[in-house]
Amino acid sequence: MEYDPKHTSTVVLKPFSQSHGVGVARSVSVDLNNDASLLIDIPDALCERDKVKFTVHTKTTLSSFQKPDFSVPRQHEDFIWLHDALVETEDYAGLIIPPAPPKPDFESPREKMHKLGEGEATMTKEEYTKMKQELEAEYLAVFKKTVQVHEVFLQRLSSHPILSKDRNFQIFLEYDQDLSVRRKNAKETFGSFFKNMVKSADEVIISGIKEVDDFFEQEKTFLLDYSSKIKDSTARAEKMTRSHKNVADDYIHISATLNSLSVDDNTALKKFTNVEGRVASDEELKLTELLRYYMLDIQAAKDLLYRRARALADYENSNKALDKARLKSKDITQAEEHQQQCLQKFDKLSESGKRELTSFKGRRVVAFRKNLIEMAELEIKHAKNNMALLQGCIELLKSN
Amino acid sequence: MAAEMEPPPLGDAGQTDFREIEDGEGFFVSTVTTLESPEPSSPDPPSMPAEGISTNGPKQEDISLDDDPEDLFAEATEEVSLDSPEREPILSDGPSPAITPVTPTAMLTPRMGLGTAEMFERSLDEIEEDDSGDTFDMHIAVSDPEKVGTFNTVLMYSYIKTSMTIFSKNETTVRRRFSDFLGLHSKLASRYLHIGYIVPPAPEKSIVGMTKVKVGKEDLSSAEFVEKRRSALERYLMRTVKHPILLKDPDVMMFLESSELPRAVSTQALSGAGILRMVNKAADAVNKMTIKMNESDAWFEEKHQQFENLDLQLRKLHASVECLVCHRKELSVNTASFAKSAAMLGNSEDHTALSRALSQLAEVEEKIDQLHQDQAYADFYLFSELLGDYVRLITAVKGVFDHRMKTWSKWQDTQLLLQKKREAESKLQFANKPDKLQQAQDEIKELEGKVQQGEKDFELISKTIRKEVSRFEKERVKDFKVVIIKYLESLVQTQQQLIKYWEAFLPEAKAIA
Repeated sequence: MEYDPKHTSTVVLKPFSQSHGVGVARSVSVDLNNDASLLIDIPDALCERDKVKFTVHTKTTLSSFQKPDFSVPRQHEDFIWLHDALVETEDYAGLIIPPAPPKPDFESPREKMHKLGEGEATMTKEEYTKMKQELEAEYLAVFKKTVQVHEVFLQRLSSHPILSKDRNFQIFLEYDQDLSVRRKNAKETFGSFFKNMVKSADEVIISGIKEVDDFFEQEKTFLLDYSSKIKDSTARAEKMTRSHKNVADDYIHISATLNSLSVDDNTALKKFTNVEGRVASDEELKLTELLRYYMLDIQAAKDLLYRRARALADYENSNKALDKARLKSKDITQAEEHQQQCLQKFDKLSESGKRELTSFKGRRVVAFRKNLIEMAELEIKHAKNNMALLQGCIELLKSN
Repeated sequence: MAAEMEPPPLGDAGQTDFREIEDGEGFFVSTVTTLESPEPSSPDPPSMPAEGISTNGPKQEDISLDDDPEDLFAEATEEVSLDSPEREPILSDGPSPAITPVTPTAMLTPRMGLGTAEMFERSLDEIEEDDSGDTFDMHIAVSDPEKVGTFNTVLMYSYIKTSMTIFSKNETTVRRRFSDFLGLHSKLASRYLHIGYIVPPAPEKSIVGMTKVKVGKEDLSSAEFVEKRRSALERYLMRTVKHPILLKDPDVMMFLESSELPRAVSTQALSGAGILRMVNKAADAVNKMTIKMNESDAWFEEKHQQFENLDLQLRKLHASVECLVCHRKELSVNTASFAKSAAMLGNSEDHTALSRALSQLAEVEEKIDQLHQDQAYADFYLFSELLGDYVRLITAVKGVFDHRMKTWSKWQDTQLLLQKKREAESKLQFANKPDKLQQAQDEIKELEGKVQQGEKDFELISKTIRKEVSRFEKERVKDFKVVIIKYLESLVQTQQQLIKYWEAFLPEAKAIA
C-alpha cells in the first residue's frame, strides 16, 4: 500500500444508526476509509447511563484477519487502551499517533435536563415540550459527535501504512470478548500519569536543544506557537457557540409566551427559533469541533517532535560517552555500538518524522478549508431561511 | 384655585429663545419641523389615528442628535416667529370655541367635589365631540440631555413638539427636569385616577443611576442610564398626550409650553408629601383586602380577570426578553474575543492561503460581534422597554378598577348610614323630642342626596372605565403591532448583514489551496 500524503478524497457519508436517519458528515479529517482492504466504521452505538457502547464494524480483504466481515462491541476505555499501547510502542516513535478520542461528555445536556425538570411548573405545556425537544436534539448532537471522533480515530489508524498493521490494533478490531482484561489496571494508569508529568518537564529541557536540521527547527517553532494559539481559539469558540445556544433557547421561551398572548401569528417565530438553534449547533460542529480536533492533533505532532528530540539528546549523550570511553580506553566497542544505535534511531525518527509532519500539514490545510467552506455555506443558508421566515411574519402582521 | 395655576407666559414671541448654559457643556438643541396643519372636520372618532407619530419618535431622535449644531441654530431662530392669529392661547381672555365649557376652575379642583362631577362630565363629553375637528397630530421628542451646574449635576431634557390647533405655536422647545415629569404625573394621577382614567405611569426613579450621573461619572453605564431615561420620558410624554382628556389638561399644556415651571418638590421621595403617599398606599392595600364587592356587571368581572392574566404573561415575557438581551450581549463579547484569537491563529499559521483565510474569518467575526451589539440594543429599546412600560400601565389599569371598587364601597356605606338614620328617625317618632326629630330628618335628607350622588359617581366611573379600557386595548394592540414589526425588521436586517459577510468570506475559504 503506497503512502501518498497528497491523495485526498471526500468521505462517504453514512448514517450512524437507522433510527436516526440523518447522516453524520465526517468533517475533521479527510482521506480516510478509501482503501478497500481495510474498512472500518461505527454503524451503531448505545447509550446506557454513563457508558456508551460502540459497535465497531470491520470489512477486510486482508488475510491477517480471521473473517472478512465482523463486528465487536467496544467501550470508550478500550479506545484509550489502544491509543496508549500505540504510544508506548518504541517502533512508532517516529510517527504521529492519532490523538485519543475524548471521553463522551453528556454533562451539559444532562444538567440542562435537570434544570428543565425543576422549572417545569413555571412553563406552559407547549414551552416545556419545545425545550425538551431542544434538549433531546442536543443530547443527540453530543452522541453523534462522540461516535464521529471514535470512528475517525480508528479510520486514521486503518489508513496509516504502518499503524494499520499493528498487532494491538488487530486485537482491538477482532477480539470478540471483553477487552477489559487487557486494559490498564489502576497501577499502570497511575504510572502513565507520572510519565506525562515527566514528559512536560523534559519538554522544557528538550526545547532548548540545538536543532541541526532546518526543517525541524522551523516545525518546532511553528508547532509550539500554533499549539498555544489553537488551544486559545478552541476555548473561545466553545464559549461563543454556547452563548449562541443560550440566545436560541431564549427565543423559545419568548415565542411560547407570545403565543399565549396571541399577539401575532407565531408559527413563523417558532420556526425562527428552530433555525437559530440549528445555526448554533452547526457552528459548533464545523468550527469548534474542527479547532478542538486539531488542537489534539497538534499535540500529537508535538509529541513526535519530543520523541525525536529525546532521541537526539540520547545520540549526543552517546557521543559524549564514546569520547569519554576513548579517553579512558575502556569499553570502546560498547560505546561505539551504542552510539551507532542512537544515530540509527535518530535518523529513522527524523526521516519518518519529516514525512509525517509534511502530510500532517497537508491534512490540516485541507480539513480547515473544507470546514470553513461548509460553515460559511451553512451560515448563508440559515440566514436566508431566517430572513424568509421573518419577512413572512412581517407581511402577515402588516396585512392584519 | 387660581393660585395653583398660572397662565403660561404666552403671546410672547421671545418665549422660545435659547438660554445660555451656565456651564456650556456640549449642548445643542435640535428642532423638528412640523407635520403640517390638521384637516378640519375629519370624520375620525376621538380615538386618534396616530400611525405617523409613534414610529417617528425614536428615529427622529437619532437624526436630531446627529445634526450639525451650526445648522440647527440657524434653523431655530427662524421658526420662533410663527404665531398665526387663529392660534389663540387657550387660557387667555378669549377662550377658543373648542374649549369654552371647560373653565379653569372646574378642571383644576384636585379633589372632585360632589357638586362639580356633573358639570365635569358634561364638559368632557363636549370636548370629545369637538375633538373630531382636530385630528391628533403631534410629535414629541425628548432629547439632548445636558448637565447643568457644577455642584449637583442634574439632567435637564429639552423637548420639542409639533402642534395642533389647541396649541399656540407650531413648535416649542422647553427644558425640563426629571422631577418636572414626576410632578406632572402626580398631578394628573391625583386628578384623574380616582374617576376612572388610566393615567400613564411615569418612569421610575433610580437612586443608583442618578447618583452616578450627579457625581459626574462619565462611563458607559451612566451614558446608558441617561439614554434609557431619555427614551422612557419620551414614551411617557407621548402616551400622555395621546389621551384625549389628558391632553386638554391645563397642567399638561403648561408643561408642554411654558418655559419655567414651579419646582415640584413634593415628588421627592423623602419629602412630607412622599411619606404621605407611602402611608396612603399602605392604607389602600389594606382596604382593598376588606372590600367585598357585589359585582353586578359581568363585563367588569371578565375584564378584571383578563387584565390579571395579561399582567402575568407580560411580566413573564419581559423577564424572557431581559434574559435575551443579557445573553446576546454575552454572545457579542464572546464573538469579539474569538475574533481576536482567530486573528492570532491566522498570524501563526504558516500556510499562506490558510493564514489569510483565518484572518478574514477574524474580520468577519468582528463585524458579526458589532451586529450582535446592535441587535441587543434593538432587543432592549424596542422590545424590552415596551414590555416594561406595559407592565406598569397594567398596574395603573388595575388601580383604576380598584378605585371603582372604592367608589362602590363608599356608596354602599352611605346607603347603610342612611338606613341606620332612618331607623333612628322612626324610633324618634315615638319618643316625644321634636327638635331631635327635625335634626334626624335633616340628616336623612342630606344623606339621601349623598346616596344619590354616590350612585351617580359609581355609574360615572363605570362608564369612564369602559371607555378607557376599550381605548387602552386599541392602543395596546396598535402599539405592540408597531413595535413588533419594527423589531422583526431589525432582525431581518441583521440576517441580511450576516448573509453579506459570509458571502464575502466564502471565496476566501475556497481560495485555500
